[in-house]
Amino acid sequence: MPAARGYWLGFGLVVTALIVAPLVLPEFWRRFVTEILIWGLLAMSSDILIGYTGMVSFGHSVFFGLGMYGAAAALLTVQPPNLWLALVYGLVAAAAVAAFVAYFSTRLRDIYFSITTLVFSQIFYVVIFTWTEVTGGENGLSFRQPPFSIPGVMAATFTPETLHWFVLGMVTASFLLLRRITQSPFGMVLQSIRENEPRTRAIGYPVERYKIVAVMLSGVFAGLAGVLYAVQNRFAAPDFVFFIVSGEVVIFNVMGGMGTLVGPVVGAGFFFVLRELFSRYFTQYYLIPVGIIFILMVIFVPQGLLGFLRRRLNR
Amino acid sequence: MGIPLEQFLVQTVNGLVSGMILALVASGLTLIFGIMDVVNFAHGDLLMLGAFVGSGVFMSSGNFWAALVAAVVVVALLGALLQVTTLRPLLGRDPLTTILATFGISLVLQNYALWQWGPSARRISEPIGGQFQLLYLQYPVYRIAIALLSAAIIGGLWLFMKYGTYGIWIRATTQDRVMASAMGIPVPAVHAAVFAIGAGMAAASGVLFAPLVGVTQTIGLDFTLRAFVVVVVGGMGNLGGSILASIFVSLLEAYASLFVSPAQAVIVSFIVLVLTLLFRPTGLFVPTPK
Amino acid sequence: MLSLRDVHAHYGKSHVLHGVTIDVAPGEVVGLLGRNGVGKSTTLKTIMGLVRASAGSVTFEGRELVGLATHRLPALGLGYVPEDRRVFRLLTVLENLRTGLDRSGMTPDRRQLLLEKVYRYFPVLRERRHQAGGTLSGGEQQMLAIARAMVLEPKIILLDEPTEGLMPRMVGQIRAIIEILHTEGVAILLVEQNVPLTLAVSDRVYIMEKGAVRHQATAAALRADNAVIHQYLGV
Repeated sequence: MPAARGYWLGFGLVVTALIVAPLVLPEFWRRFVTEILIWGLLAMSSDILIGYTGMVSFGHSVFFGLGMYGAAAALLTVQPPNLWLALVYGLVAAAAVAAFVAYFSTRLRDIYFSITTLVFSQIFYVVIFTWTEVTGGENGLSFRQPPFSIPGVMAATFTPETLHWFVLGMVTASFLLLRRITQSPFGMVLQSIRENEPRTRAIGYPVERYKIVAVMLSGVFAGLAGVLYAVQNRFAAPDFVFFIVSGEVVIFNVMGGMGTLVGPVVGAGFFFVLRELFSRYFTQYYLIPVGIIFILMVIFVPQGLLGFLRRRLNR
Repeated sequence: MGIPLEQFLVQTVNGLVSGMILALVASGLTLIFGIMDVVNFAHGDLLMLGAFVGSGVFMSSGNFWAALVAAVVVVALLGALLQVTTLRPLLGRDPLTTILATFGISLVLQNYALWQWGPSARRISEPIGGQFQLLYLQYPVYRIAIALLSAAIIGGLWLFMKYGTYGIWIRATTQDRVMASAMGIPVPAVHAAVFAIGAGMAAASGVLFAPLVGVTQTIGLDFTLRAFVVVVVGGMGNLGGSILASIFVSLLEAYASLFVSPAQAVIVSFIVLVLTLLFRPTGLFVPTPK
Repeated sequence: MLSLRDVHAHYGKSHVLHGVTIDVAPGEVVGLLGRNGVGKSTTLKTIMGLVRASAGSVTFEGRELVGLATHRLPALGLGYVPEDRRVFRLLTVLENLRTGLDRSGMTPDRRQLLLEKVYRYFPVLRERRHQAGGTLSGGEQQMLAIARAMVLEPKIILLDEPTEGLMPRMVGQIRAIIEILHTEGVAILLVEQNVPLTLAVSDRVYIMEKGAVRHQATAAALRADNAVIHQYLGV
């Protein structure tokens, strides 16, 4: 199968390039690439819902944010700070809130699902923003970066390069896992829900249960992105729970191409490159041109960059 | 925890006042959703633009009413322009694409406002000064005036929709776009006009609300979310329902703020929304569908 | 007056009209017969621009209709009564009629005259004028749908299965109104399953099969010889 070989060849090339990237890129761009990977993971996680199940979540910031705050909790309460504990706390927090949100929101469809996820993320935003004693309120929480450790073997503080590789490893593993899941029978059922929910139900699949699992799965990977972001930046802040972040996640999906897993990562990269590019001319108002590009893409390139390229190549 | 009756009554008045403003915002949103299945994410930004345009006109003319009219006209025209350029091409596609498009519009408008007017708040002074004695406190007359003005605008909309030819066109298009066009109703123009009306109403609420809080880029943000809540609670696309829901939710929030901070009181309306969606997804204030 | 030349149309990927050619002269009642799913309703929708013609032409009084927005057609003189009636369910009967009456160039007198006229033909609509369209019975909705098209003062009415699902008494009323429209000189393109009714009210009849016209004849000829009807429609 040359198509599959080509796919893995391309995949290998991209991963290799990303491995080499921190060794050749200047400090600013190294950080830039690491961040794109993290946001790309967040976007990829929401693709499970948007692209594969046909449910547009407008509340992914809450899972991301809970991942951040979960990691913060582990890093602030347990000494010495432990990376793996931060990961566990973050994922558990994201999974718990995802279960809660999923239970309510999956009973609704289309726009109603979107609005419900949006509202839930805002509820948590308000709670986090106002519960200053625990969450630090508006200022958020800051903490020390945990070292990279393999218990009993080694412990080393992160350098920008090793942090990048750690993030890259996590994102690549997540991608392979999510790809596997979307191609599994479970993933097929999700796609069949997207194509025709009543028929999927009629065949006998418990659609609601599948949707709940999909939201939780998506939420956990979004939480992982949150943990990585917290570790990289050494803080958790309410701004990242705000719905604007959720909106950006949807933008990444649309720009890159929904239902491809890779597309959203490409979309995140495209968005950040546009941001850098336009920041030079528009300073902090870069969202004016980026927003216009986004609107044009919604109208004219609804399949996203990747879908657009694929169609071009197939011609 | 004993709350004195007087505080309770004052909060009732507060709830009714903010409920009427919210109703004005939500009516525009409902109108747009009903006819085009468009969930307008940029509604709060149109409100914000209205407030800024109003403050500009107010500063140069000193006349509040001129500011109100100018803001409504400018933002209504902008609304029509946005509909024609971004939403018309999306007609017939998944309604979710319209959320995306209006979210994009929202980003652009917000940053445009920041760029054009800067981050510092602008003021519009209230056209009606004075206070009256409400139980234990001095209550600004203007707050009552806002509620009445909002009610008047909503009433005007209702009469227009009920009796006007264009109102009938709008309602017919809402129910059956295809049949409306087969009856010779210029559906594309109706869509643009409805968006303009909704935008104009948002602008009006922005100007009316501005004297209470000052004009900043974030003035519309709270409204967007709360208006979503009441539009769903009231039954998507149901004008009467969203007005009742506005008042209901605002009263609840006003009472809740007796116990918690106003920022947290917002959660009450979110909870109302979630409960509504779970138990009565067609809306709280609509007859049970058969 | 109305002529379709080799009209093709698609629903997504399925090709539903394979070159339909039909003519309707001024004041003529033309029946369009055929089994279910042969493209009769699609033909009417294509004329109205509700389904886009992928090839061929539709002209009305010499003017090309393909590509023209649907909402411009009533002003040219086309009225449409769709298959499922599609009255505006939440609008009152009067408001339903106003969707056609409140158009530019109408004087209040003329408006009143037209309203009185449809009320005279359909007295039940006058009784129910403040009732919501959705609360009417099926037959009453059909009358409203026809009345709504009539107030447009069309030169031709496209009638899609007006008697479908109606009680015999209602069918008689629909037939009477078709005959009245005929004597007033309004052309009608009638899609029907009810063969006797169609043969009774039409001047000419087209028979469709698999998205194309297979046969045409005067109604009188078909009434005299039902072999053709039997061949295509099995009745």
